[in-house]
Amino acid sequence: MIEARGLTKQYGDKVAVDGLSFTVRPGVVTGFLGPNGAGKSTTMRMILGLDRPSAGSVTVNGRHYAELSAPLHEVGALLEARAVHTSRSAYNHLRALAATHGISRRRVDEVIDLVGLTDVARKRAGGFSLGMGQRLGIATALLGDPPTVVLDEPVNGLDPEGIRWVRDLLKGLAAEGRTVFVSSHLMSEMALTAEHVIVVGRGRLIADTSVEEIIREASVNAVLVRSPDAAQLRAALAGPDVTVSSTEADVLQVTGLSAAQIGDTARGLDIALHELTPQRASLEEAFMTMTRDDVEYHGHLAGEAADTDAPALEGQGA
Amino acid sequence: MSTLAATTSRRPQQRVTSLRAAKSEWIKLVSLRSSWITFAASVVAVIGLGVLISYFTNSHWSEMRPEERLRFDPVDRSLAGINLAQLAIGVLGVLVVTGEYSTGMIRSSLMSVPRRLPVLAGKAVVFAGSTFVLMLGSAFVAFLLGQQVLGTHGTTLDAPHALRAVIGVPLYLTVVALFAVGIGFIVRNTAGGIATLFGLLLVAPGLGQLLPTSWQPHVLPYLPSNAGAGVYSVRTDPGMLSTWSGFAVLCAWAVAALLVGAFLLRRRDA
Ligand SMILES: Nc1ncnc2c1ncn2[C@@H]1O[C@H](COP(=O)(O)OP(=O)(O)OP(=O)(O)O)[C@@H](O)[C@H]1O
Ligand SMILES: [Mg+2]
Repeated sequence: MIEARGLTKQYGDKVAVDGLSFTVRPGVVTGFLGPNGAGKSTTMRMILGLDRPSAGSVTVNGRHYAELSAPLHEVGALLEARAVHTSRSAYNHLRALAATHGISRRRVDEVIDLVGLTDVARKRAGGFSLGMGQRLGIATALLGDPPTVVLDEPVNGLDPEGIRWVRDLLKGLAAEGRTVFVSSHLMSEMALTAEHVIVVGRGRLIADTSVEEIIREASVNAVLVRSPDAAQLRAALAGPDVTVSSTEADVLQVTGLSAAQIGDTARGLDIALHELTPQRASLEEAFMTMTRDDVEYHGHLAGEAADTDAPALEGQGA
Repeated sequence: MSTLAATTSRRPQQRVTSLRAAKSEWIKLVSLRSSWITFAASVVAVIGLGVLISYFTNSHWSEMRPEERLRFDPVDRSLAGINLAQLAIGVLGVLVVTGEYSTGMIRSSLMSVPRRLPVLAGKAVVFAGSTFVLMLGSAFVAFLLGQQVLGTHGTTLDAPHALRAVIGVPLYLTVVALFAVGIGFIVRNTAGGIATLFGLLLVAPGLGQLLPTSWQPHVLPYLPSNAGAGVYSVRTDPGMLSTWSGFAVLCAWAVAALLVGAFLLRRRDA
């Protein structure tokens, strides 16, 4: 269980985390989402006692990280930046950390094996690929067999098989009743891994809810209609709270009416329907809608603003 | 997954202690090749240079000017390698700390020992201890070989202050090691740490000579390398502090650096 209360971090004038309050519960994977610079890594560093909050506090199982007498047995962590001496072997890195808690060499071998680094464990960690580095970080996090794990972008740099492995690992840890808190940029990945999500933008809490809920709230109930008599149907559907747009001659995007209402209207007019699809926003789209106003670092396509995708949601923003 | 599940309940959970933190620092020190290379360099400096300088002193004895012969001391000659050894020890002392900051390792270290001070204490004890043991042996070897090479100009451990000077070598270098670790925790950056350390040890005495003559006696004897020189020398410079007051001043520099380093380590974000 991780509890943040009014957690705030300021670097000079920059407020990186702004009064965050949330609770991460055991037994489920909790995703931590937010655009670049939203304050995810900063929040995680404060959880782990590395950065001191400017205000507010965060506790793990009711205690501040710095007060834990056996932190590796309470919380395992993978940080965004590699936290490994590049000239030391993976094995010696783990052995040095294990020594602080009197953790046996057998456990060191065990976690090396678990993450699949046995063949390279005696090699310099500096020579590791991005994915191997992530695996070593995960091995470090699991060293003390902790009931809580905090992972900052664990799938960053992993190949598809590695991503799947992390996903299964996280779900497995949660299923064992552990608290699992994972940040990610890949919303689609979180949709597959997390049950609960905490969304931040510019250091502030935007949402703290289940993945299901977030998609439901953000979806705008647009319905895609394909009909040979699209023009006639369009006129019939018009109403005060209804918006209809069209990208092709026989296709309509309807918001403000349910698929059932549209279908009934069409039948009443004897209009044939070739397609009638309720559009659900993906987590990705939901996320973009939610954080649209909080994205600090926009990318731009040549000559054009980059946030013109997510067409199903465009009508709502305008 | 089964690996984790099967081991959840039966693993004994042990607390972090200062001793364990020190053991971890020991593993870190000996698992880096740079430690071995630098320690080897300091051993070679103390023994090799001591022997070499003793050899040349002996072979050039007849060409030495009278005032040079007056300043000559066989003990000091055989221990002259300390000046080079302090470079190696100083660099390694800074690196033991700043190497962790530059690679990000410090975050792993502080996450496993979140009270933080045992990390500093462990590094200081392990590095200073290794330095003392290694340099104690090296100083004795340098002395004995040096006296052999000096031949008729050589002396024995029974000579006045000889034993104290030989033991002074590891004492001085150990305190330099602690000073370096303290500076490492203050500066946190390799280049800056090394520059600060050698600025104080090597450059400051030279710069001090530029001070007004009336100020010099109030500054020069208190600079760390000047203050510490007495403990490994038989002949001391006039105008410098007595052996043990000088050594106490050197220790004060090291303690101050460690205290400031400890304070900043507790206070700053990692
Ligand atoms: N040590 C620091 N000093 C100054 N500013 C910082 C520091 N660490 C983070 N910041 C700033 O705080 C803000 C939040 O950064 P943080 O790394 O926590 O974001 P993030 O959500 O992890 O982003 P990303 O998704 O890119 O990893 C950013 O604007 C960043 O520039
Ligand atoms: Mg980040």
